[in-house]
Amino acid sequence: MDYNFHWRPVFRKLPELLEAGLLTLEVAVLSMVLGITIGLGLALLRMKGPTPLRQIATTWVEIARNTPALFQLFFFGFGLGAFGLHLSPYLIVLAGLTFNNAGYLAENFRGGFLAVPETQVRAARSLGMTAVQTYVRIIIPQVLKIVYHPMTNQMVWAVLMSSLGMLVGFRELSGETQFFASKTYRIFEYFAVTAVIYYVIVKIILLASNLVARRLFKY
Amino acid sequence: MIEIKQLHKYFGALHVLQGIDLNVSKGEVLSIIGSSGSGKSTLLYCINGLEEIQQGQVVVDGTTVHDKKTDINKLRQRLGMVFQQWNSFPHLTALENVALAPKIVKKASKDQAKSIAEKQLKHVGLGDKLDVYPSALSGGQQQRLAIARALAMEPEYMLFDEATSALDPELVGEVLDTMRLLAEEGMTMICVTHEMGFARDVSDRVAYFHQGVMEEVGSPEQIFAAPQSVHTQKFLANVR
Repeated sequence: MDYNFHWRPVFRKLPELLEAGLLTLEVAVLSMVLGITIGLGLALLRMKGPTPLRQIATTWVEIARNTPALFQLFFFGFGLGAFGLHLSPYLIVLAGLTFNNAGYLAENFRGGFLAVPETQVRAARSLGMTAVQTYVRIIIPQVLKIVYHPMTNQMVWAVLMSSLGMLVGFRELSGETQFFASKTYRIFEYFAVTAVIYYVIVKIILLASNLVARRLFKY
Repeated sequence: MIEIKQLHKYFGALHVLQGIDLNVSKGEVLSIIGSSGSGKSTLLYCINGLEEIQQGQVVVDGTTVHDKKTDINKLRQRLGMVFQQWNSFPHLTALENVALAPKIVKKASKDQAKSIAEKQLKHVGLGDKLDVYPSALSGGQQQRLAIARALAMEPEYMLFDEATSALDPELVGEVLDTMRLLAEEGMTMICVTHEMGFARDVSDRVAYFHQGVMEEVGSPEQIFAAPQSVHTQKFLANVR
């Protein structure tokens, strides 16, 4: 083998890479918060919404699930750009990931709602609870348990998907790595280290998720 | 007093309640018997407004249940309900199951709600299960939990929808005992039931439902010893 590994330049850029890792985490978390909110709305619309809104929600879910995430990012980047709406790379990635998360989560949530028996609603309403109280106190906590682990999966997926950001000029972890790698030609070394950083980020997310689950779901 | 007047209920084309007239006075225990699909459970759901009706009316203490102006959530506080599938809230402990509605519906303080819940759980014999989740309770215990949960709202009436039908046979007794206890305490109860022993021994009156019609209603002696309607006679002959 005539390739000489040079790790030192990579390690010298470690602070920059870790900072970019934080940016990756930030955009992933934000896209999840927005995705959960919108996904919940989409799920409710698909189950109970009036027909036109239900169709819009269904179309959203189908496009998010049936097309590559990269194309969804491109839509918010080059697609909107073609119409004169230029988003910053950060917003392109945030919008793209949110769109994708919302679509996938909407289906998870819908499954979660269908899994809680209708009789739970009756029991709560028979005690005099309003429809809103019934949802907030009885139904959603049960749905949350059902969708929790799929939701964690989606969070992991959002972190990994954000690496597509480098293709729309976003300097998150992958973008930053690409930037340094192309300057130094230490492509393997940079991406190997970055892979480890991704691995650690996901590992931390999974550990945190399990800890929270143990606190939340005692039953 | 619960007054049911010429009540008609349809599920699509299915005429499940065909002009029911029935009054239940304070302190009375009424058992409703009849085969499955006779409309007896649906009647209970109509009384607390969980089902819409198409004709007639249900009046609870002067308030018309299906009147659009009626505050149904307030009215339901007067009508405790216990279901065949006990429907305990799986994500809450026994105590939380019972304390929740007093807290968020009646706006009781946290401490008040807790003491109400403790009292009612002791009442049904679950005083040692306060912090247990329903998944760790037997069916009979979960059903008693459901009774405590309904009682915590201090209802004037209790509606029992086949409260023992989904239980293992050896667990039926403890739930019936709890229901007996309530009857002795003077609770007004409407019990849809397949437990003929309970209907005979505990009720003041028994009503027999057949295909959406209340065939007859009378004292337990009258219904069990000398049923007038052919359908009642046939039904009782079969369940004995």
